[in-house]
Amino acid sequence: MILGEGTEGALITELVFWTIALSTVVSAIAVVQIRDLFRASLFLIVTLLGVAGLFILLRAEFLAGVQLMIYVGAISVLIIFAILMTRDLEDGSTAHNFRIPVALVALILMGVSIYAISNTEWNIIGTETLNTDQMNQAADVFSNGIPTLAKLLLRDFVLAFEVVSVLLLSAVLGSLALVRGR
Amino acid sequence: MNYLPGFIDFYTLYDFCLTLFQNFGFGDNAEWLSYLTAGVIISFIVINLMILSTAFYTWFERRVLGRFQVRRGPNRNGPFGIFQPFADVVKLIMKEDTIPTEADRPVFTLAPIALVAPTLLIMTVIPMGESSFLGSLNIGILFIVGVTSVNSIAIFMAGWGSRNKYAILGSMRGAAMLISYEIPMALGITSVLLMSGSLAMTSIVSSQDIWFIVVMPLGFFVFMAAATAEISRTPFDQIEAESELGSGYNTEFSGIKFAILFLAEFMAPIVTAAVVATLFLGGTKGFDPIPGQIWFVLKMFVVIFVLLWFRATWPRLRVDQIMGFAWKGLFGLGILNIFIVAIEIMIFRTEEGTVGTSNMLIMSAINWVIAVVTLLTLMRIYGQKKLERPIPVPSPLANMGVEAD
Repeated sequence: MILGEGTEGALITELVFWTIALSTVVSAIAVVQIRDLFRASLFLIVTLLGVAGLFILLRAEFLAGVQLMIYVGAISVLIIFAILMTRDLEDGSTAHNFRIPVALVALILMGVSIYAISNTEWNIIGTETLNTDQMNQAADVFSNGIPTLAKLLLRDFVLAFEVVSVLLLSAVLGSLALVRGR
Repeated sequence: MNYLPGFIDFYTLYDFCLTLFQNFGFGDNAEWLSYLTAGVIISFIVINLMILSTAFYTWFERRVLGRFQVRRGPNRNGPFGIFQPFADVVKLIMKEDTIPTEADRPVFTLAPIALVAPTLLIMTVIPMGESSFLGSLNIGILFIVGVTSVNSIAIFMAGWGSRNKYAILGSMRGAAMLISYEIPMALGITSVLLMSGSLAMTSIVSSQDIWFIVVMPLGFFVFMAAATAEISRTPFDQIEAESELGSGYNTEFSGIKFAILFLAEFMAPIVTAAVVATLFLGGTKGFDPIPGQIWFVLKMFVVIFVLLWFRATWPRLRVDQIMGFAWKGLFGLGILNIFIVAIEIMIFRTEEGTVGTSNMLIMSAINWVIAVVTLLTLMRIYGQKKLERPIPVPSPLANMGVEAD
């Protein structure tokens, strides 16, 4: 039993959700507001950890583990490495004149996405519409999610999965080409 | 297989607290109260268990190193000097806790905590009895890999926060090394996952009818070498190479902060030993009169002793040698191991996707031959190659009119 299973709507789940959500949002704001770039990157790590926590609350433990491993463990270290090579590290993210337009664009984007999310007819499967066979299938996905995911990624959608890695490779090559051009 | 009674995991404790709170009339509040209580109790147990065993481990390490170096090691406080770690802790706590004026104070202060927390977290998912402290986590081993990778950030925090050349050099080396060795470590783990077919630590243990160290020695070699580097112990202790960097990332720390940094550093071998015992030595499996927990501790002791043996025997590798070993040596070996194990599983697996005991024996025979041949060939190649020294870079002091000594 993981937190979340059978405890949807329970007070403890609410408490954990609000703790994680608040710390995620606060640290996300801190990332863009703090001047010291190193501290900002540390807050970015807190944000990513918070997202991993939210994944666990949604019972996507595998995603949470991958989030920890790739984003917290690898990408943020790369970001820190990159930051350490910049000058004026302590007040790197200086003030600029675009505050108001940027805030406007962000607000519009937020409004659009909230509208889109709340107006989409999500295809949520309620327990009352399922027969026992389908219920067992759904339970199997939750309790045995990793083999299901593996089958999807490496059998049904293997082409898309591999193409993504080619995309990453081309990104690496592109950045190398940019650096060489100097 | 029998177990000692009285192992507490989170969910039994939770159920116990729930009935307790419901009987005392907490009603709706019983649920979150018992989550909180059970969580606090489990954290208390894990932290204190780990601190005590780390204290014992530091004594053990110093005694064993003493033996290796033909001296006595600490032997004055208590029988065989077993109270030495407590004396050390008292000394460290009573020392002045200095923070450099230029230091990034919050980062500097948080760094020891950020370093010790992941190590403690790993211990909660290792099945030391019938289950682990957190029950049987679905993603067990992935959790361990993910949490380990937070270490490099903590080392960065310590190095950057203290505003010290040597500290930042040490943590730069550390981050580069930790990232490089995470890949062979993950490759070693992947081969275990191929055999067990599950990420959960309990099912990895139960699938080891024959210990995985016997089935895939090459995977064990890769994992063990990478894990030794991950906890940055000799021969991979470039992070705090005393002769080159002062003391690396912990140069500026003193008092209780230094104590916590060292707690993390000496806790790491224990945790590594626990992970290796679970993944490759069959965890709590053993034969019957001796309970599973005792088996587990015995296996941990063997791995810890091997780690100490490494430390006492081998000199420190150079930075470029360390990186070369990860990318040219271990990476290839890990890929080769996965390739071979995957093919063998394709051939030997039954309808349910598992491999039977007799087939495991055949697999281990093939794998031992391959491992010995590969390692001997590699040793030949590395042995014949002349050591390439990097071209010396002139000292920055050279064109500043400063005479070298």
